[in-house]
Amino acid sequence: MSKKKIVHYINQFFAGIGGEEKADIAPEVKEGVVGPGVALEAALGDDYEIVATVICGDNYFSSNLENGVVEELLKTIKSYEPDGFIAGPAFNAGRYGVSCGTIAVAVQDELGIPAITGMFEENPGTDMFRKSIEIIKTKGSSADMRRSTKLMANLLKKKINGEEVLGPEEEGYHERGIRVNYFNERRGSERAVELLLKKIRGEEVYTDYPMPKVDRVPAAPPIKDLSKAKIALITSGGVVPQGNPDHIESSSATKWGKYSIAGMDHADKKDFMTIHGGYDREFITEDPDLCIPVDVLRELEKEGYIGELVDYFITTTGTGTATNNAKRFAEEYLPMLIEDGVDAVLLTST
Amino acid sequence: MKLELGKIHVRDVKLGPETKIEDHVLYVNQEELVAEVLTDDRLVNCRIELAKPGESVRITPVKDVIEPRLKVDGPGTVFPGIMGKVQEVGTGTTYCMDGVCVVTVGKIVGFQEGVIDMSGPAAEYCPFSKTLNVCVVIEPRDDLETHVYETAGRMAGLKAATYLAKALKDQTPDETITYETKPLLEQVAQYPDLPKVGYIHMLQSQGLLHDTYYYGVDAKDFVPTIMYPTEIFDGAIVSGNCVAPCDKVTTYHHLHNPVIEDLFKEHGKSLNFVGVVLTNENVFLMDKERHSDMTAKLCEFMGLDGVIITEEGYGNPDTDLMMNCKKVTQKGIKVVIITDEFPGRDGKSYSLADLADEADTMISCGNGNVVIHFPAMDKVIGTLESIEMQIGGWVGCKNDDGSFDAEIQIIIASTIANGFNKLCARGY
Amino acid sequence: MVKEIDRAGIPVAHICTVVPISLTIGANRIVPAIGIPYPLGDPTQGEKKSKEIREQLVKRALKTLTIPVEEQTVFEEDF
Repeated sequence: MSKKKIVHYINQFFAGIGGEEKADIAPEVKEGVVGPGVALEAALGDDYEIVATVICGDNYFSSNLENGVVEELLKTIKSYEPDGFIAGPAFNAGRYGVSCGTIAVAVQDELGIPAITGMFEENPGTDMFRKSIEIIKTKGSSADMRRSTKLMANLLKKKINGEEVLGPEEEGYHERGIRVNYFNERRGSERAVELLLKKIRGEEVYTDYPMPKVDRVPAAPPIKDLSKAKIALITSGGVVPQGNPDHIESSSATKWGKYSIAGMDHADKKDFMTIHGGYDREFITEDPDLCIPVDVLRELEKEGYIGELVDYFITTTGTGTATNNAKRFAEEYLPMLIEDGVDAVLLTST
Repeated sequence: MKLELGKIHVRDVKLGPETKIEDHVLYVNQEELVAEVLTDDRLVNCRIELAKPGESVRITPVKDVIEPRLKVDGPGTVFPGIMGKVQEVGTGTTYCMDGVCVVTVGKIVGFQEGVIDMSGPAAEYCPFSKTLNVCVVIEPRDDLETHVYETAGRMAGLKAATYLAKALKDQTPDETITYETKPLLEQVAQYPDLPKVGYIHMLQSQGLLHDTYYYGVDAKDFVPTIMYPTEIFDGAIVSGNCVAPCDKVTTYHHLHNPVIEDLFKEHGKSLNFVGVVLTNENVFLMDKERHSDMTAKLCEFMGLDGVIITEEGYGNPDTDLMMNCKKVTQKGIKVVIITDEFPGRDGKSYSLADLADEADTMISCGNGNVVIHFPAMDKVIGTLESIEMQIGGWVGCKNDDGSFDAEIQIIIASTIANGFNKLCARGY
Repeated sequence: MVKEIDRAGIPVAHICTVVPISLTIGANRIVPAIGIPYPLGDPTQGEKKSKEIREQLVKRALKTLTIPVEEQTVFEEDF
């Protein structure tokens, strides 16, 4: 049986070419192992072979992202038809970590080849890529090479062979922030009683879900003159045209809709309905203005209190909608709002 | 308050000329049962179908699930204020038809009614895939307004359960469990060295299909109150809600509240279970603020050292959960919360709609957004016509053969946020 | 969504019932709404009063868009 082929990616430093002064060298390829590849190949065992080592300077990588360095590297990697790909480990080297993450994710997603990398917790690459790929947890320096290459080799082999990848504790990778179901041995209420007793006794406790830290965005600067401003109306209250033409979900929405309010002096129940699964819909069904205040905004437009109401509104269902989806919705419609010259937004939620 | 629960184990259910239990088999006279349900003129038709574990059967849209129970000694009736006059329950002896459930089925009121599969991959997630189900399939009058239809559906299930419960009358329990909680000061004095523990039971109360009843009172209309734990075993709390199917605390789950059961298991051993605080999840911010204040006050008043909080539903009730957690913690009381997660189909978003630093010990009941395949079944009790609209489904999720893909939140009580199941989520 | 709109440099006022959620997700200009089943207005007080309430909320929300906001602010009252 022929050996499974692995391609390994490292930077100029680990290739023994040089430190900071050589960080701008262009990509090159060496057949076989280089530097840390020796330890990796040993850890992979007899059935695997590192067929090529791709080397790139850290600065060259980061400054040539726009110039197709990733595409070029992918082409080289693909030419070896590897069964698996390893980048790093990068330990606490920041730019190297970002390069390793970028290329490993590209190999996995674009070439469909199992890939893995390794970094220290504080490496900026860890937070950038942990959701996209398994990053083996390493210590801060290359003194940890043997231990970390062993973990990387183990996990890559599992991925290549389609074996189940276990949790971050078992496999030694940085938690990816992906919530995965499993059946515990005991029911939740029983665990809760035990956990509460530990907490009361002041013993060590755990949580199934560590509260995430939510990032903040500063408020956008104010508009100067309302009477000249173009205002757009957005809602998460699930108001849609009768019949819900785009089939937006009642809960855990995966899409948003844009619907015309041109020529309407209010939101009429003949035209609109609500599909939101999270509240008693009776009132908004009767009067959609309670959720999308078209009536008031039209009057304010007529009075000249606002410059103009954009003649469509944007809508989705808020309940149970994943935050990443909500973010994506905004990213999808924002270019349209900007192109339409929208100055400010009213967003209503139930 | 002392209650004996006598469990009569039922191992099979059959239709027969007389409703009775014999040799652990329940026989159901379906004509009588149908007649009982159809005493309600809001319903025009009713069918009884049986579903057993392992069968290739799918039940949907499911509204409620109820275990038949009968009060054989002590004051009041099961489901007080709804199936009988209002009288305090939780004392005496009550018989339970262990292993049998009444399942109410009928075309959807909203989007919130769910699915029970008796076999296949979805059965793993559903507690009612393992029970003997007497399905009451109802058909409402055409002109019924949704709130009225919901009431009629709720009453049909309770009536059916009350009818079947009569068969428990002269039975001898196979198993008897005794639960007792004394008045607060006596209860505290009974185990002076054990930590005083309570349970905050958050009842869903957001309006149509999101209501719960306590002694017949709509939970959105009360302020937080204290309850003896045994009251719940006699049906003091009835579900009138469907929320998202996965989250539904059915009437069965109230009768079998897992936190109360498990606190009783440790009662007098490692903790002193002194009582339950009932609160709600209302749709006005002022109610949320006021009722979380009151909940914390009651916990302080009871002198608790620790509490467990459970939630029903997701989205804005997460705010009630976090407010309760925060305010009770600020009283110096240790808190563990139980809830389920909705981090999106890829599992990468925030699991909850609201967060609090005080929520540092959480028990997870699983990720409700996970998509699984529901293979076609030989028989459908109810109808598949609304699958695409029910929460967890989407347009195009259903195939012509009756199979479909959906998030597990379409399965009744799959991620129920009171710790009834073993399902859990962890970070990968 | 609200955060992304701010991020794009477009000021946004979030009119919502459950203010704590809005604070958690990171909205900056927040106007408390009436209730989940009827955020803008109160049909239980009659159509006329309901619309007045709606107008008051919309105007307050529009006004928040004209002033600079340093940190997350809940506009409980007209200003």
